[in-house]
Amino acid sequence: MIHKLIRPVTYCVLLLVALLIVSPILFMVVGSFKPDALVFAEAGTWKAFFPETWTFQNYSDVFARVDFARFMLNSLLITGTVVGGGLVVNAFAAYALARLRWRGRETVLGAVMVLLIIPFEAIAVPLFFGASSLGWRDTFSVQIIPFIANPFSIYLFYTYFLGIPEELEEAARVDGAGLLRIFIEIIIPNARPAFASVAILTFLVQWGFFLWPLLVTTDEMVRPLPVAIAAFYTLPPLQWGDILAFAVMMVSPILLVFLIFQRWFIRSVASSAIKG
Amino acid sequence: MATVAFNHVTKAYTPGTNAVEDFTLAVEEGERIVLVGPSGCGKSTLLRMLAGLETVSGGEILIGGRVVNNLTPQQRNIAMVFQNYALYPHKTVRDNIAFPLRMLNVMKTERDERVLKTAQLLSLETVLEMKPGQLSGGQRQRVAMARAIVRDPDVFLMDEPLSNLDAKLRVKIRSEIARLQRRLGTTMLYVTHDQAEAMSLGHRVVIMREGRIQQVAEPQILYQRPANAFVADFIGNPGMNLFQSRLLGVDDGKCLLGFGDRQLSAPYPDDVRGERLETLLHQELLIGIRPEALVPRDEQGSTLIGRFEIDEAEPQGHEMLVYFSVPATVVHGNIDNLPAAQRMVARWPLTSTAKAGDRLDLAIKDGAIRLFDQNGNAL
Repeated sequence: MIHKLIRPVTYCVLLLVALLIVSPILFMVVGSFKPDALVFAEAGTWKAFFPETWTFQNYSDVFARVDFARFMLNSLLITGTVVGGGLVVNAFAAYALARLRWRGRETVLGAVMVLLIIPFEAIAVPLFFGASSLGWRDTFSVQIIPFIANPFSIYLFYTYFLGIPEELEEAARVDGAGLLRIFIEIIIPNARPAFASVAILTFLVQWGFFLWPLLVTTDEMVRPLPVAIAAFYTLPPLQWGDILAFAVMMVSPILLVFLIFQRWFIRSVASSAIKG
Repeated sequence: MATVAFNHVTKAYTPGTNAVEDFTLAVEEGERIVLVGPSGCGKSTLLRMLAGLETVSGGEILIGGRVVNNLTPQQRNIAMVFQNYALYPHKTVRDNIAFPLRMLNVMKTERDERVLKTAQLLSLETVLEMKPGQLSGGQRQRVAMARAIVRDPDVFLMDEPLSNLDAKLRVKIRSEIARLQRRLGTTMLYVTHDQAEAMSLGHRVVIMREGRIQQVAEPQILYQRPANAFVADFIGNPGMNLFQSRLLGVDDGKCLLGFGDRQLSAPYPDDVRGERLETLLHQELLIGIRPEALVPRDEQGSTLIGRFEIDEAEPQGHEMLVYFSVPATVVHGNIDNLPAAQRMVARWPLTSTAKAGDRLDLAIKDGAIRLFDQNGNAL
């Protein structure tokens, strides 16, 4: 009898946990389509999730009150460049560490390992002074260049490249291919999961990056979404419907990326488990 | 096709320990050379040095009379088949075969033509659009061969290309490789640890051990006249029976040898001079006898050595291996550190009624013994 109950009870518990996790997101999405006054007025009732009236007013308010398109474009430009540039630079660096033999290789590899465990917050201030002395504040460069080379991405590529049989590259060398050709024709196609993982993880981290742009930007022309939403939150009048609409538009690219690359996403999370 | 020459080639991965030591060999155009030896003997290292995948620590390697020590693999015009085939898993069979031609900037029409021709030669036409993962082991092996021959290289290098196949397929593809090489006439260097493969494929076979050449000879010579005890034991399955002995006398084409607590008298090999033997009187020697040279007493042209008990009789399908307990200590040529034992093996026809526990008269075929000095070198 007890044995028969295990499965339904397990499902009930899982459902409850899932609801707990999903409900804030649902609250955000539904709230963004509700008249501003009702967002909190109905917060404790079923109407928080099943409203009687739907409106797009909050969305048009966001566009009317701030230059949302600019922030979105800034975020896309910064994240896209960091992801794209990161794939190239980190993959090359990892390949050099995994396959080429050169003086200082072990030292650089050790440095990459050490950098893995240093949190960004620890280097934010020195980096800020460095960027300031270069006159980079309020630029896209300051938000892009320091984040292209990434020890975690290098390490992920490095471990993946080590798993590709060396004989494949040797065969290509004997067949007449040079180093760059081997990288493009042999390594990249055989390391697609690593490229997907790095792209997804970099995208997620970069899209939500707050501290650094807050430190180095004051000009709205170069600010990304996370800083913009914080500013929007303090912009009077305080309208929760608008804030939720802003938040929905901000996370929608992440949801899109997640839905398209769901399979890869799970794999990349699994492969990044080593980071802890 | 081209000649290949190694002149005093040495390879040291770490200073002081040479993986290959003073290796000198000249390979003729169109010749099929097999490098064979136990694991770690340096045979693959040699092949990789020839391919340009390893640097040369000392000496010179020449392909077609040109020193290639400092040339990249792509500048050497060689093709290599790897142990695991190293097929590009993301490319179709067609693209795998076409890859070396693309690297040589061969025009697409000519490339397609050559790929198809090579595929036909190796019966791969039907799998051209498949990926390597969809192929059987034998097919993969043939794709690797096709990728090697499509560019018409000066030299083929094969690094244990059959070791991942089952025994039957290995024999079949072995003969296909020989046929293909004969037809193309391309110089081939082939590495294996399987002595049977070496004996059946090589025009000449190079036996290696601990980075040094032990003997270079045609397969028949290797078998009949091994240069040392190592070769004697390595070649043949089972290898030569080698036992410790002492030369007690030399007389009229025969030598008297200690055989444990007994003595045996047998004709010495015709390539050994009696005077040379006399200088070794009363010295320790190693005596070698091939299993097929140990025969039952009643056979013509043999010399009886005594009556011994059969320890084990193993039917092999077409023949039988009969192990005799003997009074002498039978050693091995230091292969795999096998312990010395007091038994010798004979290869007899399956029609023999010998069985474990029988005591039988045993004789040695005249002229079949080989003599080695205390260091294991053939006399």
